[in-house]
Amino acid sequence: MAKLKLKGHLINRDWCKGCGICVHFCPRKVLELDEFDKVVAVRPQDCVCCKLCELRCPDLAIEVQTEQD
Amino acid sequence: MPAREYIRERFFPHIWCPGCGHGIVLNGLVRAIENIGLKKNDIVMVSGIGCSSRIAGYMDFHTLHTIHGRALAFAIGVKMSRPDLTLLVPMGDGDALSIGGNHFIHACRRNIDMTAIVMNNRVYGMTGGQYSPLSGYGTMATTAPYTNIDQAFDVVSMATAAGATFVARATAYHVQQLPGILEEAIRHKGFSVVEVMTPCPTYFGRKNKEGSAVDMMENLKTRTTPIGSKAKQENPSLIERGIFVKKELPEYCAEYQRIVERAMKGK
Amino acid sequence: MGGELKFVQGNEACVKAALYAGLDFFAGYPITPSTEIAELMAARLPRKGGTFMQMEDEIASICAIIGASLTGRKVMTATSGPGFSLMQEGLGYAIMAEIPCVIVDVQRGGPSTGLPTKVSQGDVNQARWGVHGDHAIVALTASNHQDIFSITVDAFNFSETYRTPVILLFDEVIAHMRERLKVPEPGEIALVERLKTSVKEGVDYHPYLQREDGRLPMSDFGGVHRYNVTGLFHDMWGFPSENPTVVHELLRHLTDKIDNHVEKMTRYREYFIEDAEMLLISYGSSARSALHLVTDRRQHGESVGLLELQTLWPFPSALVREKTRNARYVVVVEMNMGQVLQSVKASVERPERVFLANRVDGVLITPADIRNILRLIQGKGV
Repeated sequence: MAKLKLKGHLINRDWCKGCGICVHFCPRKVLELDEFDKVVAVRPQDCVCCKLCELRCPDLAIEVQTEQD
Repeated sequence: MPAREYIRERFFPHIWCPGCGHGIVLNGLVRAIENIGLKKNDIVMVSGIGCSSRIAGYMDFHTLHTIHGRALAFAIGVKMSRPDLTLLVPMGDGDALSIGGNHFIHACRRNIDMTAIVMNNRVYGMTGGQYSPLSGYGTMATTAPYTNIDQAFDVVSMATAAGATFVARATAYHVQQLPGILEEAIRHKGFSVVEVMTPCPTYFGRKNKEGSAVDMMENLKTRTTPIGSKAKQENPSLIERGIFVKKELPEYCAEYQRIVERAMKGK
Repeated sequence: MGGELKFVQGNEACVKAALYAGLDFFAGYPITPSTEIAELMAARLPRKGGTFMQMEDEIASICAIIGASLTGRKVMTATSGPGFSLMQEGLGYAIMAEIPCVIVDVQRGGPSTGLPTKVSQGDVNQARWGVHGDHAIVALTASNHQDIFSITVDAFNFSETYRTPVILLFDEVIAHMRERLKVPEPGEIALVERLKTSVKEGVDYHPYLQREDGRLPMSDFGGVHRYNVTGLFHDMWGFPSENPTVVHELLRHLTDKIDNHVEKMTRYREYFIEDAEMLLISYGSSARSALHLVTDRRQHGESVGLLELQTLWPFPSALVREKTRNARYVVVVEMNMGQVLQSVKASVERPERVFLANRVDGVLITPADIRNILRLIQGKGV
């Protein structure tokens, strides 16, 4: 399978409830909650596009946008 | 993201609490549906009452939000009239197995082609944290302030005993397996039961000191194991996940069609 | 008109009428004295490609027919008092979600298991108020098999016209008794088919937006319009709403659509009532005894008449007020503790002249029973 290349983390701040599941389970610690308890991608360069955050988000608030390498 | 096409975005953000596993089930379900390539007009989602049942309102299918415990009975009416439609029946653990327990076992027994998804958070959330038939002995709840003395059901065992032809267990943590299991359940020709263990941090978590949503997700990771794993042999208290039953038996709608043919021939 | 002549039970007359009306989905659970309806449906529905299902209980039965109705089928279930109690929540759902369906309650003695094989008319108020919350309801009955046939067809027609559940309140005597039935030819009784939406695919369809005449065109589940159906108060798209204006308007709509059409739904028969000094009001099997007595006493020169109600809910108050105007005595003949009596008293001028002739021991009230009570009312002793 071709390696995925990150285009960006599309975060819907209106939908995010700040549960922190994506932050905690990100294998590369790409994500953090900001002062409003909304998720932000603080280290996107470390993202391996596993999309676990997207799959685990209970609020459908995060999407890992990729392009094929 | 496949979710967008299948949900009614205007109702988001949804009503579920932060960290509620029900949203993860919704998330997995839309991916399963996309993988199968189902058309929205061909899907009917029938739900009952409770936190779980609200999932129907968020999905852009034909959606029937019914009364507590009876979703499967409504769904059977729809399916028997339109066997060509795909029926998805998400239920909570109290909804499916307490008030709806009788409908649940009889739906299993008939082997009618639909997918029952039991979103098991071990609590009545909508009413504020009472114990459910899946809370289990020794848990705490607003209606078990000293401790719960009710033993829990094992959904998988019961569905199997009642005759469901596809029985699986997944968790809201194991999201790499969840869409695949749901997909296989929906594709299965017969009555499919998928128990999805989902965290309720607001009620079950608080009452039972299970910590945050993150902690409860960690628990799903550490307290479960794939079917037949070595870990299970070493630690029998682990809960197995995966597909327990997958067998072919005559499907109810198809069988009824044979009855119609016999009746029309007068024999 | 030549129709097929049959000698059948009341339950079978009901089945024949339901099939005539276009029934194609029945779900039920065995209970005396309604079981013959399920048995006959099991045999006959599949012959016309319809669906019969024996469900796990009465709750599942009413839920299944509601689900089937949403796909465009004409649907029915049949039960008796205890099963009817179990159906009340589903019945309320059908009222709220405005889903056409027909529920037969073949009444037996109650409360509880009561008298399973004996007659009663004790469910009149359960039909009216068994469902919690404010609502309107339609309940019809009949006293002979020809009328069971036509009233059953009416039940389906009303159900489709007003998008509402309709209850058929029969009783053990009428259900099990055998008598002649002339089955009408196809087309002899007009049938109301479901009003379907003309909104095309891709155009926004509002499942709960009334037309000017108050009717709601439906789109079948599985069709081109996807929408939500719920038992919660809901907006015109079918989505839950707690907006006080939405709630108020929906509740008013649900009651007005029935209450504003009482006349159109009023079915009754009258016998010798123009000059009747003593007017009996009855329905179902007790009306047979009342009619026997009235016919007999007329031959003796007594001015007795009978108003036989076939529509019990919405209660035909204006009709009852009109027909009782000139009577000196009004006697409600029924097999309960006075359930229709209360509605009659509330409808008539001078309610103090309204009396009850009843029997509640599981035995059909006889003409002699009624006559004894009439003599007492008239001060003649027994």
